[in-house]
Amino acid sequence: MRYLPHTDDDIRQMLEAIGVSSVDELFSAIPADDRLQRPLDLPPALSEPDLLRELDRLAELNTSSARALSFLGGGAYNHFIPAAVDHLVSRSEFYTAYTPYQPEIGQGTLQAIFEYQTLICQLTGMDVANASMYDGASATAEAALMAVRATRRRKLLLSAGLHPEYRQTVASYCRYLGLELVEVTLAADGRTDADALAAVLDTTVAAVIVGYPNFYGVIEPLADLADKAHACGAMLVSATAEPVSLGLLKSPGEQGVDIAVGEGQSFGLPVAYGGPGVGFFAARKKAVRSMPGRLIGETLDKNGERGFVLTLATREQHIRREKATSNICSNQGLCALMVAIYLALLGKQGIRELAEQNLAKAEYAKRQIASLPGFLLPYQAPTFNEFVVATPRPAAELLRRLEADNILGGIDLARFDAADANRLLVCVTEQNSRDDIDRLVAALKGGAA
Amino acid sequence: MEFPEELKYTAEHEWVLSEADIATVGISDFAQDALGDVVFVELPEVGTQVEAGKPFGVVESVKAVSDVYAPLSGEVVEVNAELPDAPEMVNTSPYEDAWMIKIRVSDQAELESLMDAAAYQEFCESEH
Amino acid sequence: MSRLGTRGLVLNEKLLFELSDSGRKGYSLPASDVPPAQLDAELVRDTVEGFPELSEVDVVRHFTRLSTWNYGVDSGFYPLGSCTMKYNPKVNEVACRRPGMANLHPYTPDRLAQGALALMYELQEGLKEISGFPALTLQPAAGAHGELTGMLMVRAWHESRGGGRTRVLIPDTAHGTNPATAALCGFEVVPLASGPDGVLNVEDVRAKMDDSVAGLMVTNPNTLGLFESQIREICNVVHEKGGLVYCDGANLNALMGIARPGDLGMDVMHFNMHKTFSTPHGGGGPGAGAVGVCQALEPFLPAPLVVKTGDGFRLDHDRPQSIGRLRAFNGNFGVMVRAWAYLRSLGGEGLKRSSELAVLNANYIRARLEEVFHLPYKQRSLHEVVFSDKNLGGDCHTLDLAKRLIDYGYHPPTIYFPLVVHGAIMIEPTESESKQVIDEFCDAMLAIAKEAEENPELLHEAPRCTKIGRLDETRAARQPCLCWQA
Repeated sequence: MRYLPHTDDDIRQMLEAIGVSSVDELFSAIPADDRLQRPLDLPPALSEPDLLRELDRLAELNTSSARALSFLGGGAYNHFIPAAVDHLVSRSEFYTAYTPYQPEIGQGTLQAIFEYQTLICQLTGMDVANASMYDGASATAEAALMAVRATRRRKLLLSAGLHPEYRQTVASYCRYLGLELVEVTLAADGRTDADALAAVLDTTVAAVIVGYPNFYGVIEPLADLADKAHACGAMLVSATAEPVSLGLLKSPGEQGVDIAVGEGQSFGLPVAYGGPGVGFFAARKKAVRSMPGRLIGETLDKNGERGFVLTLATREQHIRREKATSNICSNQGLCALMVAIYLALLGKQGIRELAEQNLAKAEYAKRQIASLPGFLLPYQAPTFNEFVVATPRPAAELLRRLEADNILGGIDLARFDAADANRLLVCVTEQNSRDDIDRLVAALKGGAA
Repeated sequence: MEFPEELKYTAEHEWVLSEADIATVGISDFAQDALGDVVFVELPEVGTQVEAGKPFGVVESVKAVSDVYAPLSGEVVEVNAELPDAPEMVNTSPYEDAWMIKIRVSDQAELESLMDAAAYQEFCESEH
Repeated sequence: MSRLGTRGLVLNEKLLFELSDSGRKGYSLPASDVPPAQLDAELVRDTVEGFPELSEVDVVRHFTRLSTWNYGVDSGFYPLGSCTMKYNPKVNEVACRRPGMANLHPYTPDRLAQGALALMYELQEGLKEISGFPALTLQPAAGAHGELTGMLMVRAWHESRGGGRTRVLIPDTAHGTNPATAALCGFEVVPLASGPDGVLNVEDVRAKMDDSVAGLMVTNPNTLGLFESQIREICNVVHEKGGLVYCDGANLNALMGIARPGDLGMDVMHFNMHKTFSTPHGGGGPGAGAVGVCQALEPFLPAPLVVKTGDGFRLDHDRPQSIGRLRAFNGNFGVMVRAWAYLRSLGGEGLKRSSELAVLNANYIRARLEEVFHLPYKQRSLHEVVFSDKNLGGDCHTLDLAKRLIDYGYHPPTIYFPLVVHGAIMIEPTESESKQVIDEFCDAMLAIAKEAEENPELLHEAPRCTKIGRLDETRAARQPCLCWQA
């Protein structure tokens, strides 16, 4: 086996030094009845070339954006990834290291994640960001729990515009904690309904949680929501599944959001069938001690040189155990590094241009699709790079027809609510050219005929 | 290690200075030494009711965290507002600058269950 | 004297923000081919204040320099106990980057994602065979996330039978994630002391097991590297009294092909792909944490699950008793591809051999060091061995030893864990290391023990060969600086 370095002679000498006669004897602490009495029933070992052949056979069965024109979004976005991202993250000093528990030999990871924390603070307009969470959905759930701790209240209001899988994740995390979750419906324009919110928002509410932009691409009025939440002593949590939007939109921080979370996959990570992505988590300085997850801080070494360490660890499970702010241990460190590399490449200008181009492409697609007979845009509020289309026949049927033209035309919203069978969520990014969009529009037109 | 004579102590390593119906509370020299460099102190608000044997605050070092227990029951009438901003005082001056709260004691009889300096010193030595 | 880590050329590097100069960028967009669009001014920010402006060269040099300040498994021996720092095969990195896998969208219709689903199904079936559990989810993103998934299922199972069980037994040797997870599931934690021999005693479990207890969380082999030899009886006791047994699978690397937690009576277990199945730790993540369960818990598994149909595979979302989902989408698929590649590269025999050699390596280290270093538990070790700093001279402690090992070119073992050993030094070599590497490491450990006696300053002042010295963690915590300020 190519990964195992032991020679027969090594093994013999090692057994002798230990004072046993066989490898089997090393397992004598395991009662005989507890031992597996047969070989594992697994496929035989493959050589490296055979392994890749088998993998490529499977990959061939997948219709990825490498093979089809894709307008799929809904929390996982097809953006261009500069070559430098993958090249740098393939430095094995980064990817084969563990959590930097020994800071003297982990400064590379520590400084890079400190930079990531700073970039997330700048992007969200918040004071402090942690070293990452699993994904946008679990970060949203952790934000909900943090709001419960900070306010000592037990009710959470979730906008119906929050990504459905984020809502489900919050529900699972809260399942046995005696918390009350209330859904706030959307108004006709696609934003969280102000009247519906007013009806349930009171001084028992820990947090209002909304998508920004929301699942339907709609830009929520955070400042207004924050005022309403704060008037009742509740927190406002914004969850951003498409963070490219923050290159253009007002930051959550400048609009009064208390906890800004989201998914960082758009920043240099492939969609990878849904993971790994990276959850970002940012909050106000005064709340730092109730934040979940690892934090990296600046300090000095014994010679007065700047260095970085894991800090405020007494919040975490390995010290505070059942009283920890979260049970998280492993996070998505390498993905956070990819985000830092990607954002460093884009910089102040690049993130703006990218966001503007996403908006422009989506607006173009919106207009073209809306001009087709039978197709409508049900939500009139401003959107970023995705939008809902009401279709003249079931979206599932349309999408099937588009597949024949090698187009993944969007997400059939019946997937989340059977009542939405005639609704399609279309996402357009900088990866889609005008010709691509025109192809989609023509195919929708043909499909509907 | 200091064990001032005028104080009473608990098995959780808090000290108490009793003056009329007011008791001043902090953590002992032994406790601060065991914790190491204290980096954070959390104290209750004035007006909080505390109960003997129940936690009222938290002290944290870099790698340890410990609840601080009320030695006596009563109402918090004053807290050391400077301490959260200068937690290192717990290490440098555990018995003076780093007092934590003052309690208006509701049951003076509880004082009798506390250790005097000699008993506490013996207790610490046995724990070590 | 054994070889000391030598100091190469280590370049200083500022923060991204300090390198920035107005007007640079490291990214090129195609020219827009659609009319520009504008949002209402009130929705739009001025700029992302503080974002750096750098060329591609700046960024590449920056992160390349940072990488050289890190120590990884590819740099050298990394015996970090409980973390299973085995070699991360390079072909796995190639595999997960194949465009057909990396660029597949999670909402691709199942019929167009058959390759990904087949891979997930094969991995799922493989893990079931290795662990002896009849059902399994691949959704959790890491070990602790798997624990949460597992304990939510334990809770859901109890609730489906009337509930009322609100406490969980957790041994003092457990990882901190165990009690933290139990609390997240609304359970109260009841600590359980391990016996003088380092393992749980069935009578202690029996004494604490009543009808308020939902179950027991146990790591096997435990964090002392010892097999819980009474585990079958312990499981029986927990079951008789109506509870379930959760197995923390962090240490599965000792057992592949040797014993199966599902056969021993455990009801639910998480795997750590980034430990046992060779996927890289990435400086903290991403991991992946599959969870295997017994038949009774199968209905509660998170949705969706990969199932086999007549002519292929699909994601089954229709699971009415499910605890729901614990994250968006299908799990850390990119990590699953790596784990699948590892499984298929080794096969059953290779996996068993890996466990055997991991245990051989740990026992060899023990044999070479136990005369000098204090070994608090004498039972036969499996994949890791825990010493203490009791015999270390010169007023040197575990931390000093760890820092001195860095000067010798090694990553230190896990230190001060498990908590039941004062000054613990927890060494897990894994199967990836040859006798030659291990001998050199043991020589270094023995040399340091000698230095502690003769010249303890070498330990107290260590590390001296690194870019920076010991860091002031008190300062970091007293005046937290978590974000760069101009």
